[in-house]
Amino acid sequence: MLNLLLIIFQALLMVLSAPLFVGVIKKCKCWSQNRSAPSVLLPYRNLKKLWNKQVLCAENSSYIFTLTPYLLFSIALALTFFLPWLITVNTNSVGVSGIVTSSLVPLLFRDVLVVIGLLALSRFFLALAALDVGTAFGGMGASREMLFAVLVEPAQMTALFTLAIIAASTDLNQIMHYVSVHQFWLKPSLLLTGIGFVLIIAAETGRIPFDNPATHLELTMIHEAMILEYSGRHLALIEWAAQIKLLFYFILFANLFLPSLPMAVLDFNNSGGQFLFLLGNFLTSGAVLVLQLMLLVAVLVVAEINLAKLRLFKAPLLLSVAFTLCLLGLMNHIILEVN
Amino acid sequence: MLVNLELLFAALILLTAYMLLIQRRLGAMIYTFMWQSLLLAGTTLIEAIIKHEFALYFSVFLVVVFKVIFIPYFLLRLNEELGDGSKVQYPPAALVARPFLLSLIAVAVVLFSYHLLLPLHHLFLTMINGNVLAMALAVVLLGILLMITHRKAISHALGFMMIENGIFFAALIATSGMPMVVELGVAFDVLVAVILFGVSFFHISSNIDSLDVDCLNRLRE
Amino acid sequence: MTIHIIFWLLLFTPFVGCIALAVVEKPTFGTVLNLCFAGIGFILTIALIVKFWQQSLDPSVVPSVFSATYFFARQHFFIDGLNLLFLLLVTFISTTTAWFSRFFMLQNLRERRITLRRLKLYHLLYQAFLGAMMLALFANNLGVMWVAIEGATLTTVLLISLYRTPEAIEAAWKYFILCIVGIALALFGTVLVYFAAQMLLSSHEAILWSEMVRYAANFNPSITAIAFIFIFVGYGTKVGLVPLHNWLPDAYSESPGPVSALLAGLLLNVALYCLLRFKIIVDLVNGNVLNQNHLVQYLFFGFGLFSFVFASIAMHQQNNIKRLFSYSSIQHLGFITFALGLGTHEAAQAALLYLFVHALVKSAVFTNVGNIMHLTHTQNMSKTHGLMQRCPKLAWLLLLSTLSIAGLPLSGIFTAELLTLLITFQLYPWLVLVLGCGVVIGLAGLLRNVQPMIFGVATVSDAVAVTEGPVRFSMAPTVIHLVVALILGIYLPPFAAAWLAHAARIIVN
Repeated sequence: MLNLLLIIFQALLMVLSAPLFVGVIKKCKCWSQNRSAPSVLLPYRNLKKLWNKQVLCAENSSYIFTLTPYLLFSIALALTFFLPWLITVNTNSVGVSGIVTSSLVPLLFRDVLVVIGLLALSRFFLALAALDVGTAFGGMGASREMLFAVLVEPAQMTALFTLAIIAASTDLNQIMHYVSVHQFWLKPSLLLTGIGFVLIIAAETGRIPFDNPATHLELTMIHEAMILEYSGRHLALIEWAAQIKLLFYFILFANLFLPSLPMAVLDFNNSGGQFLFLLGNFLTSGAVLVLQLMLLVAVLVVAEINLAKLRLFKAPLLLSVAFTLCLLGLMNHIILEVN
Repeated sequence: MLVNLELLFAALILLTAYMLLIQRRLGAMIYTFMWQSLLLAGTTLIEAIIKHEFALYFSVFLVVVFKVIFIPYFLLRLNEELGDGSKVQYPPAALVARPFLLSLIAVAVVLFSYHLLLPLHHLFLTMINGNVLAMALAVVLLGILLMITHRKAISHALGFMMIENGIFFAALIATSGMPMVVELGVAFDVLVAVILFGVSFFHISSNIDSLDVDCLNRLRE
Repeated sequence: MTIHIIFWLLLFTPFVGCIALAVVEKPTFGTVLNLCFAGIGFILTIALIVKFWQQSLDPSVVPSVFSATYFFARQHFFIDGLNLLFLLLVTFISTTTAWFSRFFMLQNLRERRITLRRLKLYHLLYQAFLGAMMLALFANNLGVMWVAIEGATLTTVLLISLYRTPEAIEAAWKYFILCIVGIALALFGTVLVYFAAQMLLSSHEAILWSEMVRYAANFNPSITAIAFIFIFVGYGTKVGLVPLHNWLPDAYSESPGPVSALLAGLLLNVALYCLLRFKIIVDLVNGNVLNQNHLVQYLFFGFGLFSFVFASIAMHQQNNIKRLFSYSSIQHLGFITFALGLGTHEAAQAALLYLFVHALVKSAVFTNVGNIMHLTHTQNMSKTHGLMQRCPKLAWLLLLSTLSIAGLPLSGIFTAELLTLLITFQLYPWLVLVLGCGVVIGLAGLLRNVQPMIFGVATVSDAVAVTEGPVRFSMAPTVIHLVVALILGIYLPPFAAAWLAHAARIIVN
């Protein structure tokens, strides 16, 4: 029971702190450019303001237009349940028959491929919604997003497959447990895959050099072009989902590729006296995670200041570099590290 | 710890080989080659420390002096004086203009060299995994690929230097360096070869006014 | 003088010559000095050979003549029957070519095709090339052999582009790139062979050929197979085997006359020698990869036959006389490679005889063509007619050398070809058909192109020499080579036959 609460608490914490994370990024970026920054709580106020506004839908839009924001948000919420970020679940207590009674989410759904699939699903529906309204900008944004999707998915899969091969399982829990215990980060396969993954994150979350999140020029937008027609709580949900996705990717990267302390293992079978021990571990790994996130935010800010948004025709080259790096990581693992 | 570092350097050497294939600006390529030679020197240094062989320290010195300092400097000066890369326009179907396809071909080459040397895996007595020899062969083959696909004359010189890097790496892994006489001879030969490259560039450039190798097409059957 | 002193003198002569020619200023003196150093090399070689055979046939010094090998410099260099044969060839051809180049280069200087500085460079590189060849022949240390071959490649690059025309520079660039990549692959193969040897020997001895031969039976067969493939491709590029031959026609056609003669007579043969040394090692390895699949044999057969057939057919399409004869070189070397692949003792003897005579006749051909070029100033065969009327001596020499190289009876090439065909008939009868057809097609290609040049009437559109004054050329080298080839074709002196048998025994056993 307590463990169930812990998992729910972990997920809720992530959902609620996503806007704070985006606010922190904005503040750091403004600091580094010597501008005065808005408060870190501004994204919360934005979401609240949007929630209270009226929802306007275009006349010729279908049910997809109204369905998409809720779908996006629920997918983002589901992702937070999948991602172990402070504690992992010990799956050794799974019975021989494979019935997983000791974890909240069935093993079937914790797979890395399911994560990728859910992200693809959200992107698909967003593109459909953009096309649904029939405006020019929506179509343009959708086609650009799909271009990036086609190139990013193989890279993403290769990166996560490399990790799966290293950890001998596609379960995200297992992978993170393995990586945190074995302190893998200096191995060449992880290093190369990590660099590729950085590029993947930039593409998936729509940051520079693929897409400028702060742009107001519609012709250069990719993600914002798809959500131009949304208003009110729909827009609030979509924005919140995007912020959760950003936080999700950052935590994924920090847990997989950066060195860290071994995470506490939540063992469902003997749950009683573990609580205090777990709480201590919770707090320490939380502190380490915050440090890692700060580091990543610093890297992101430096990159966003120094780089410019790429021309659309040059972006596939960068994504193919990401794919090649992930592929190299995979090959290096097989060639160099398996004996 | 040192073994892990050496594995890391080996992977980074292969990464620089890829980068040399994909890059198109000559200045960047020469710097990448310099990094590759530096990583090679690092690998040699680690091997020297692990195996306690004095001759390998001298090899490190040779690699650093020739391949990290002198030859990149020489090629950079040549590039400044002679080559104007913007004169060479690759047709869109050329492999160099399709870097993704080129990198996939490079991946295929690495897999092929791994497959070729797989039966020899068990022979290695060093602490390094015997598959690192496959990476050395891959670097050699990637050097040949570089020479085939690029059209600028200076890229040919870089391709040759990459082949030499790969061979040096292979000798290091397989036999912990060739005998000192041979090493000195090879280093001297490579140096003379690069100087001859420079002389040839001058000849080509003064005769044909461009360093585009496709302009050398008068002798046909 | 002991054999050691002669050896060291011989090894140092070209390098001393190189330095001496770098400081000499007057062109005529330079050419004579070049000839002197080459001649000294030749005389020392004769002395070395005499000493070698004297000591080898004396049972008190050496137990059996077949194990006669002398080592120098802590086993890094050696001489035995095989490399002495090649050494004789190298020094002889270099001497006669130096004699020829006296007149040729001075004529070029008069015609302003080269400057004084470039003549000095030419002489310097000539001696350096000769030194590198000797180093490669003497080397017991396989790494030193590689270094010498690479050194030879590097010296010839500037020799090929001596005239600095765009075509010459292109030919030199092609030669440079192809040969350097090939040689680099050969180095990789050498590293792998060293690796295979190092598992059995100490690291100082493992690079020596003589030690490798003693322990070769226990080498790991997979490593040796992979190594041999790299070595074959690498040194095969320099031998001129067909997919890798692209530099040959260009280099031969654009380089000056003496340089073509040197390339044809020396470089190809020494590269083949290096390949032979590795073949000897690899043939001794026991193992399922090599012996059951006959990897070495198939490589030699396949590449040799392919080169042979390809070159025979390609000779029909040539307009340029030097390219024609360069394809003839490829054809003959393909044949020699095939003969070496046969693997029997007699085949090796025939191959060695073929190699020797081919080198002599080919350099005779190229020196003659150089003389003709001074007369006609063009290499285009369709622009030259009626040489018999313009200069009968040159025309006769061209005719005789072409017939010699084509393999008509009375030439040494015919003898060697006949021997090889007889041996092939015993082992692989159906291949004789291919070889015979190739020989005939090659003969047709040569004669069809050369005959209009010699006979016929000189027309107005033919190229005429543009220099004023008499053109001096020397026909002596050509004549000497052809006479020696003729003698070897008709009557092989007993000591020569014994020497060939000895060298063949080294290759095959």
